[in-house]
Amino acid sequence: MPRGYIPILIFLVLAFAFPVVTILVAKLVRPSAPGKTKLEAYECGIPSDADTRGRYSIRFYLVAILFVVFDVETIFLIPWAIQYNVLGLFGLIEMLVFLAILIVGYIWIFRQGALKWV
Amino acid sequence: MQLDSILFYLFAVQILFSALMTITRRNVVYSAVWLISTLVGVAGIYLLQGAEFLAGVQIILYIGGITVLFLFVIMLVPVSEESKQRRFSSQLWIVLIVAVLLTGELGYFLWQGADSFQMGEPTPPAEIGTVTTNSEQIGQVLFSEYLLPFELASILLLVAMIGAVVMAKARPGAE
Amino acid sequence: MEEILDNPYLQPIIATLLIVAVFPLVAGYMVLAERKVLADLQVRLGPMRVGPYGFLQPLADAFKLMLKEDIIPAASDKWIFWGAPVLSTFTALTAFAVIPFSDKFYVADVNIGILFILAMSSLGILGLILGGWSSNSKYSLLGALRSAAQMVSYEVPLGFTTVTALMVAETLSMQGIVQSQLDKGVWIAFSNYGLMLVPAVVFIIAAVAETNRAPFDLPEAESEIVAGFHTEYSGFRWALFFLAEYASIFVICGIAVTVFFGGWLRPFANVGFLETPLNVAFPILLFVVIGAGCALGAVRVTLAYEKAIMGVLALAMFLVAGLFAIPMINELIIGFFWFLFKVLIFIYVFIWVRGTFPRFRYDQLMQVGWKYLIPISMGGLIVNGIVLLFTS
Repeated sequence: MPRGYIPILIFLVLAFAFPVVTILVAKLVRPSAPGKTKLEAYECGIPSDADTRGRYSIRFYLVAILFVVFDVETIFLIPWAIQYNVLGLFGLIEMLVFLAILIVGYIWIFRQGALKWV
Repeated sequence: MQLDSILFYLFAVQILFSALMTITRRNVVYSAVWLISTLVGVAGIYLLQGAEFLAGVQIILYIGGITVLFLFVIMLVPVSEESKQRRFSSQLWIVLIVAVLLTGELGYFLWQGADSFQMGEPTPPAEIGTVTTNSEQIGQVLFSEYLLPFELASILLLVAMIGAVVMAKARPGAE
Repeated sequence: MEEILDNPYLQPIIATLLIVAVFPLVAGYMVLAERKVLADLQVRLGPMRVGPYGFLQPLADAFKLMLKEDIIPAASDKWIFWGAPVLSTFTALTAFAVIPFSDKFYVADVNIGILFILAMSSLGILGLILGGWSSNSKYSLLGALRSAAQMVSYEVPLGFTTVTALMVAETLSMQGIVQSQLDKGVWIAFSNYGLMLVPAVVFIIAAVAETNRAPFDLPEAESEIVAGFHTEYSGFRWALFFLAEYASIFVICGIAVTVFFGGWLRPFANVGFLETPLNVAFPILLFVVIGAGCALGAVRVTLAYEKAIMGVLALAMFLVAGLFAIPMINELIIGFFWFLFKVLIFIYVFIWVRGTFPRFRYDQLMQVGWKYLIPISMGGLIVNGIVLLFTS
């Protein structure tokens, strides 16, 4: 393991223990009196007849997949950015070609109205 | 180092167990949660190999991106119907036989060729010029040696972008 | 004793314990500060009952939340309902591991620092989606979908602007980023002929949206979907979500300060003659003024215990001011002082924005992200890249 990750490992363990321990400790002092009505979903009071997990707008899916595309793009930019001066003009042109192809795509989805929510 | 091997086995067990849980859960959301655990384990293995950049990317892209996409898709379909479906097809026996055969074959060849394995110490990433950190090496290599694949990746991303939009677009005839 | 002191893990472990133990308290006081500032913006007094000027309010809140009943809805998915707040708090706290509080106080300085924080913040989305899904309530699920869609949308401009800053810093290590600003003698936000201000501003806007804060607090739009993804959560689990939210605000302000505004460096870090006025006189003056304010408060309040609290506070402030006068201690804490000072300014801006702007509509929110911030941040990246290359 590369140097410097042991402290992070310790931090991970503690940061995980903190919420777990506090929930369990709070259990000792808090009251617990569940009732049928109390455990219903927070809605209008009438038992809901449809399952919550139904169908939702396709736009959420669209946002998620476009995010993945742009996220990959950002990741590709990072190694270029930290080697910016070393790669110089050649690197910049490479990156501009890379971005140009994606900007074409971006303009296309923009024109298609895929970014419009309503 | 001792700690490294302990961590390796921890991650390996985590990956295998989580992967098994991923494919056997009835509820898809549970599958997704176990998949996250699998991917975290893989990131841990990368880290152990000194591939820091890859470990970070693994978490950002696979967990923060793709699993989120999965969860979105899961929420778009009612889970209750899914869980009533039969999970395993009737070809279970054929699959089992093929799997056993393949495992046997693979194991046999591994055993035969065991002498040729060179289990050396994991070598630290080679130093290219003055650059030392993992991410900088990737930058160097990606923008010189692997220039064409890199540019092709952007075409792939373009296709993904267009494909998603076309698929999600409402067709005039549908509902 | 010597051996223990020489252990390389001693400092990280102390830092870890301090952060995990102290941050919940800090979050409590962030809430109090938020309520006080909002009250001030709306010409009210804010919390005044618990302790002098509401000073003990966070403790009272913490106890109240501890003693609240913890309701797990019958229709919910128990395991995931249990795990979601844990995951949220865990990921939000973990990001602290690589934040450079000062040149001496930090848990770890890894080669992929900024990538690590981005990874943790993208993991945070999962806690929220799973929490909303497991509650099996329509408000929760809708809130979770909304906030997840919002967070992933704004993560894109956040990533682009960070990359723009990395072009100047040329490293992913958090300490390295600060060091590069020290070497260049200018904060990244003001470098490149001021062109970097564009990504800096976009970063801050995206940061407000990423943390689901007003005016981008659609996931918690009370008038539409009650409380969003944590509608079904109560008691301590709810508190954990709240803690995670404030932790991520602190973290993202910490990133903004580190990446764009010089981290633990003082303003004009390379100008020698400002050393004494900025590093000694300014903190002393600041704490003396705060102490004087507390002393004035001690005179004004009527109850004896309130007088005592304010008096102790005033004394503590004067003591801290005194610490800055001792050169040896000053050297130890001055970086920490500047880092916190800048982070607090950003947190104040967050609250100020909340008190000033009305909430967006959901379609407007997505449009701001996809149609304005992404093109601007991409353009900023390209322009900065070209200018940077031809001037160096």
